[in-house]
Amino acid sequence: MTTTSPMYVVSESDGNQPAATASKARVADVTPTRVEIEFRGVSKAFPRKGQKDAPAVVKDLTFSIRKGEVVSLIGPSGCGKSTLLNMGSGLYSPTTGTVMVAGQEVKGPVKKVAFMLQKDLLMPWRTIEKNVEVGLEIAGMPKAERRAIATEMLGKCHLAGFEKHYPFQLSGGMRQRAALARTLAMKPDVLFLDEPFSALDAQTKMVLQQDLARTLYNEQKTALFITHDLAEAVALSDRILVMSARPGTIIEEIDVNLPMRDNPLERRKLPETGPLIGRLMELLHVGEEGSMH
Amino acid sequence: MNNRTVIGSVCILLLFLASWEWGPGVMGMPEYVLPKLSRVWSEFFVMWDNSDLLKHTLVTAAEVLLGFGIGALLGVAIGVVLGLSPATEAMLSPYILALQIAPKVAFAPLFVMWLGYTIYPKILVAVLIVFFPVMINVLSAVRAVDPDMINLIRIMNASRWQLFRLVEFPSAMPALFSGLRIASTLAVIGVTVGELVGGNLGLGYLLVDSEGQGNTAGVFVAIVGLTVIGIVAYAGVVFAEKRMLHYMPKANLVTA
Repeated sequence: MTTTSPMYVVSESDGNQPAATASKARVADVTPTRVEIEFRGVSKAFPRKGQKDAPAVVKDLTFSIRKGEVVSLIGPSGCGKSTLLNMGSGLYSPTTGTVMVAGQEVKGPVKKVAFMLQKDLLMPWRTIEKNVEVGLEIAGMPKAERRAIATEMLGKCHLAGFEKHYPFQLSGGMRQRAALARTLAMKPDVLFLDEPFSALDAQTKMVLQQDLARTLYNEQKTALFITHDLAEAVALSDRILVMSARPGTIIEEIDVNLPMRDNPLERRKLPETGPLIGRLMELLHVGEEGSMH
Repeated sequence: MNNRTVIGSVCILLLFLASWEWGPGVMGMPEYVLPKLSRVWSEFFVMWDNSDLLKHTLVTAAEVLLGFGIGALLGVAIGVVLGLSPATEAMLSPYILALQIAPKVAFAPLFVMWLGYTIYPKILVAVLIVFFPVMINVLSAVRAVDPDMINLIRIMNASRWQLFRLVEFPSAMPALFSGLRIASTLAVIGVTVGELVGGNLGLGYLLVDSEGQGNTAGVFVAIVGLTVIGIVAYAGVVFAEKRMLHYMPKANLVTA
């Protein structure tokens, strides 16, 4: 990892905090050594026809995410976070470098990878359960089988009883829950989440974060989570990658190293959370002129 | 519609019919210019008995139905193809535009020359006139699908056909139906012009025939018949739309 800057590890100076010791064991639990997502020297430019030296959107991205790890990616708008995610999910290939998911080079859509965006992208003409099933339907799973999975996932996402509703009959938060159920129905090992909760009101957001964190933790999913919300990044992830403005590259890597990754509501209340968010604000130059929008 | 608007609508209808019945007399309008309602009404029965009004109406209705059906199918098919293939569309767009601008009804005499005094030239005019609004609406709707939605489905490893079947086609449905609404009324125009030009069948023929006899009331009977066919066609589309697009929030549907 030649291109990344030195790591910043939040200090565990206060040894008298029992939570900090508990955290160590837990973090170790969920992070076996296998690398699940890896970017090696990845750059991406979008040249127009005939254009040779198009400016890179992202440059020299190198990082890896271990199995079971949840990593957040923060950075100013337009820094290429979504480009990174699209390369990870195989929508387009990098101009240079390689992207590996689950030990294989990504060259197209990868099985076991799921994707969730800020927009719920529910199809208005399908009932909620049929929306949740759509990925399984594409994979050719028989109807009864996929219906059972949809029902189970909707139950998990607290949407039992809304199977036959159409998206327009649901609130924004419920729709995003349905989108989460659709994502989980694919039984993915790797989740790419692009600001999935940023369109929700603050309270709905926290409840959904809680559900997501618990699922990710219990099912040992690997996730790359793009967010603008620094508190969300701290509350949900094991590690935070900070990207620079365009051409985007990783400028900082921060180990969150706090307990209760499966319980962001409680983690938010920890005394270490505040200083960590403060440190992120400094890194992103929040509040300084011409920095973040 | 609530009760008050229904009552309002009925009142307007009654007012219209009343002024049709008594207006011409009050204004001293001669009957060959504007026959009053009851005169048209009795002419209706005369034509029903003597001129085979029912048969002519059914012929026109069948032409409208066939022209609308074929035109709509062609519009959907070509709209989808052009929507999915921007290169083809770019290549064809000047000609499509030219054909779209050309007044389709002007082709009616030509079609009659080609196909004779049969029902086919009428159907052909309707096909041509129905085709464009359907094609244009489908084309732009297929184009306008949210790229994120397409990406989401692509990540699920969907084939090209699945992408079309699951996303592109269903999301074009609302636009398709607004095209069909317009097309349903245009189909009647196309068929009528075709019948006016030549032949001895259909309400358009009855219209020209009545005109030749100076039978103004007969002309009105034909016009009313054509209007009724148009209304039924439009109502059919609206009915199908309500069935198909039941998943849309009510405010997004135009009231019929």
